[in-house]
Amino acid sequence: MRSDLLCFSSASLRLCGSKKLSMIRFERVSMAYPGGKEVLHDLHFVVPKGSLTVLTGPSGAGKSTLLKLIAALERPIGGSIEVNGQDITILPRGALPFLRRSLGLIFQEKKLLYDRSVYANVLLPLSISGEPPSDAVKRVRAALDKVGLLGREKENPHTLSGGEQQRLAIARAIVNRPGILLADEPTAGLDAAYTGEIVALLASFQRAGVTVLVTTHDEAPFADVETRRLALDKGRLV
Amino acid sequence: MNPWLRHHRDALFTALARLKTSPLNAFLASLALGIVLALPATGEMLVLNFIRLAGLVSTKPQISLFMAQDAPAAAVADVDKRLHALRGVKELRFVPKADALARLKKSEGMAAVIESLPQNPLPDAFIILPASDQPESLEALKADLARMPKVAQVQLDSAWVKRLDAMLRLGRTALAILAGLLGVALVAVTFNTIRLQILTQRDEIEVSRLLGASDGFIRRPFYYSGLIQGLLGGAVAWLLVLGATEALREPLGAMAAAYSLSLTLSHLPAEETVLLFAVALLLGYVGTWLSVRRFLREA
Ligand SMILES: Nc1ncnc2c1ncn2[C@@H]1O[C@H](COP(=O)(O)OP(=O)(O)OP(=O)(O)O)[C@@H](O)[C@H]1O
Ligand SMILES: [Mg+2]
Repeated sequence: MRSDLLCFSSASLRLCGSKKLSMIRFERVSMAYPGGKEVLHDLHFVVPKGSLTVLTGPSGAGKSTLLKLIAALERPIGGSIEVNGQDITILPRGALPFLRRSLGLIFQEKKLLYDRSVYANVLLPLSISGEPPSDAVKRVRAALDKVGLLGREKENPHTLSGGEQQRLAIARAIVNRPGILLADEPTAGLDAAYTGEIVALLASFQRAGVTVLVTTHDEAPFADVETRRLALDKGRLV
Repeated sequence: MNPWLRHHRDALFTALARLKTSPLNAFLASLALGIVLALPATGEMLVLNFIRLAGLVSTKPQISLFMAQDAPAAAVADVDKRLHALRGVKELRFVPKADALARLKKSEGMAAVIESLPQNPLPDAFIILPASDQPESLEALKADLARMPKVAQVQLDSAWVKRLDAMLRLGRTALAILAGLLGVALVAVTFNTIRLQILTQRDEIEVSRLLGASDGFIRRPFYYSGLIQGLLGGAVAWLLVLGATEALREPLGAMAAAYSLSLTLSHLPAEETVLLFAVALLLGYVGTWLSVRRFLREA
């Protein structure tokens, strides 16, 4: 673990968090769900470009909420969030779809569509961004190939195992070739072998230049890959 | 292909694909739309045919002047002379009572009745084509004619044409009201089918939003669904009116023949067909718009 390289305090922020090097930057970010109490308190950190960052913390610590803030699926009640040099807290509503399309998102609840094929699931982000069909076919196949699901395009996600469904979610997240991949508990509920595959996949994306931010209950599987570490507890970085 | 066109083509394909997953729903909704649309459309078809009929019969007013039953030949000659002198008369035709009786005799079932009459009950008559068809000058002419000696009755024959015209106008107004009411029903039908579609596509809508779909991307397919439904409804209505035209042609033709009119019912003309489809599409659009506004609010 290289937690020393992360910039948690505002003092070190100035030293290491130059705009060029940071892909995601939180400054004094607080968050409360409507009508609820604060779930994230005064968060301050930077995720450097091209890093693989593991966000750990117990259940309810606010990991999913933090990822949702980056995709502007939830909005903070205070502070600013910079993604790729842009303050997303001041983006108008109409600009949010473009932000989301530039990110690769893997949701804790997977959010696969079970009324259509594996292929159609991976195609969805490309349809959304208006990719020409000729390119789309190639991209979907490339993404499925990367996660080892090539040849199973016609199957329904129901027929896939948990690990395979997780890899399908990954394929859908990377098909648009995002610069940032946000993966919410991609190894939850998987056995050691499947978990190892997922971790290796995420590490390969990082080597290809993608900034990866992954949450987990259990950081052990990440012990063998070079990561940065963020730990969250009760809405605070620890 | 330009991105705007591609977005619309994709939305159309998505709408068609969704249609294919529930063809029965789409079929039933289109049938309901079509049947309801067919009611005012059939009415319009009939009104148009009657307008054509009224136009064929006569739009020129005509005055019938009936002499008194006991008018002597001299009195008839006198009226004939006066009529020739009148400037308001354009054409004049004398129908002697004997001719009128002979014509009546030819009508079915009348021969026996007429045989049994002791004498000719019909008067001599003049058929007058007035020079002007302005209502005021017609009334004035009618009054002049009525004042002539031994004239029993003067009848303005355009009256029934006017009555038919008034009835047709009333019919059209009634149709417009009916169409308006039914239009509301059709908007409700589309509103509901699109609502059901939105509910069944809930997951896709949610995931699409998460993955960065714009509101337009999510809404467009529903608009296409609504328009396709309108189009199919319009087609069903058009076919139903076609069926009604074919079915009514024989009986209405026979009825018209009884009044010695010739009526061949014809289907909706091109402009009315375009109008029918335009209305169907518009109703589909409005229903979708309301549904999308109500059920596709940004979460
Ligand atoms: N939609 C929501 N509305 C209100 N409160 C919420 C909502 N989502 C999460 N919370 C609350 O916010 C806090 C943080 O939740 P969050 O899901 O971010 O935790 P987490 O670290 O991802 O937990 P887990 O490891 O179980 O996924 C919790 O107290 C939770 O109850
Ligand atoms: Mg979570």
